[in-house]
Amino acid sequence: MIKIRSFLSVIFILLLPVTSQAALDIEIVGGAAQQIPIAIVPFSTTANAPGAGQDNISTIIGADLRRSGLFRVLETRGVANQPHDLPEIKYPEWVALQAQALTVGKVEALPGNRLKVSFRLVDVLKQNQLAGLEYNIAPNQLRATAHRIADIIYEKLTGEPGVFATRISYITRVGKRYALQVADADGYAPQTVVSSNEPIISPSWSPDGTKLAYVSFEKKKPIIFVQSLVSGQRYALANFKGNNSAPSWSPDGKRLAIVLTHSANSQVYTINADGTGLQQVTRSSAIDTEPVWSPDGGSIYFTSNRGGAPQIYRIPATGGDAKRVTFEGTYNVSPRISPDGKALAYIRQEQGRFRVTIQDLATGQVQILSDTAQDESPSFAPNGRMILYATNAGGKGALAAVSSDGRVKQRLSETGGDVREPAWGPAAN
Amino acid sequence: MNKSLIMSLVLVATLAACSSKAPKEAPAKVDDMSMNQSGAAGAGDSAASTSGTSTSGMEVNPLKDPNNILSKRSVYFDYDKDDVKAEYRPMIEAHAKYLLANPSAKVVLQGNTDERGSREYNLSLGQRRAVAVKNVMNLLGVQDKQIETVSFGEEKANTSMQDESAYKQDRRTDIVYEGE
Repeated sequence: MIKIRSFLSVIFILLLPVTSQAALDIEIVGGAAQQIPIAIVPFSTTANAPGAGQDNISTIIGADLRRSGLFRVLETRGVANQPHDLPEIKYPEWVALQAQALTVGKVEALPGNRLKVSFRLVDVLKQNQLAGLEYNIAPNQLRATAHRIADIIYEKLTGEPGVFATRISYITRVGKRYALQVADADGYAPQTVVSSNEPIISPSWSPDGTKLAYVSFEKKKPIIFVQSLVSGQRYALANFKGNNSAPSWSPDGKRLAIVLTHSANSQVYTINADGTGLQQVTRSSAIDTEPVWSPDGGSIYFTSNRGGAPQIYRIPATGGDAKRVTFEGTYNVSPRISPDGKALAYIRQEQGRFRVTIQDLATGQVQILSDTAQDESPSFAPNGRMILYATNAGGKGALAAVSSDGRVKQRLSETGGDVREPAWGPAAN
Repeated sequence: MNKSLIMSLVLVATLAACSSKAPKEAPAKVDDMSMNQSGAAGAGDSAASTSGTSTSGMEVNPLKDPNNILSKRSVYFDYDKDDVKAEYRPMIEAHAKYLLANPSAKVVLQGNTDERGSREYNLSLGQRRAVAVKNVMNLLGVQDKQIETVSFGEEKANTSMQDESAYKQDRRTDIVYEGE
């Protein structure tokens, strides 16, 4: 209790940006029933502007859209018309390609080592512009800009916000070394936030995306730390007697739900982000753990075995009566609420298989989403469309993702070592 | 390449050998223990040992003597369960008696689970398993100040094998004495 607010400078923090290199290769399995056909003409680049070949901004945009499973990115090399701005578009050629939408653009060098990126998105049949924007960026912002353009295209054509410009966190284990990593949502530019010879689990993003809470065993017992992704500074949020685990930020970022044992069972508490104001939420003689907040901040969903086997319950965030939420199956754990608050994702064990499951909170209807067998740690994308999770592939921890309707499946494979405990960061502003 | 087995071995170095022989239990355990207890009490008069609390430094440390039940340190559990099976009571009782006879001795009860399922749920389940062993010791009169409970959940599980024979080895509470 005394140590809660002691700020530690992290001497073993390593910030190693690796540009243009993916830590995770993402393979798409399946896709939506109706994919939107889109053509993306390679952006023109002026002589002294970077970004040709694989780094061409249009390649990154195309990979983003393809990975979502909602788009069919058309081959454009056979088309004579290669426009980079509106007046150059010859619509009949793109109608012939059966493109529904077309993206064109260019990258131009500006004085002072800046770049101007401009793009247009047009509806091929209606021959009108759906979006057109210009960005004045530093050269190292090219990938981020490509993701932002992909987000705009995604939103204009699907009606939902894109999540390509977001980040994910996960834990790697290589040999005896554990590392908490943050990477772009497409697996590029991984950075090590913290590393340790003891396990790190349960990373949780602050709603503003500037901090991660996580559980570290570096002191031979689980302690919750909060670390700034901006400064690298961290502090022990909870270092009470017994276990300190399962941090989850409230939607307003002011409090966290955590789990403490003291010298008995795991129980759910809430605590201010600075480590003050501890309040007990659950009071049972059973295991109560894995708290997550409802989007309105009023309720906390959690896992409890108070009925004899682990099931998911809901309780007012200030404490009170818990109500059981899952009824099918004998082992339902790791609740996560969709960003719109309408669906609950969790892990169900049935006949020895642990799979990602989604439940409509209004109707109670349940659907098993994944076709893997050792799934853990589901995490919704900020738009609710995909669920990232950990699984086992070939005896190694690996990440996978499935769309919340079960149609699109992705496998994210890392070269070397285990990957686990994914958490999808909040939407970019 | 990254076997947590290695870490477990490092952490509970003295236990590893015992746990692999876990099924074999000597029937004469209670006798052994009382003998060793009197041996421990006699440590002070047998010359050079530092006066006072230490029970270590003995030529035969009862905690390390493979013929002594005190060298048995692991309580195994069924899947998703935390109730202590009857077969482990004599061993826990022996440790409880040792702790009562050696008030300066302290144990850490380390709860563990197999690798399947939620890491956080398993952390809580490992804690239940540690507390379950503590409760048995408490009933026998051991005070909380001599017992600490921690959980490693599934973090120290042996991930090199994925079958029941490996899983059941991971579902356990280890009794580790301070300083070991």
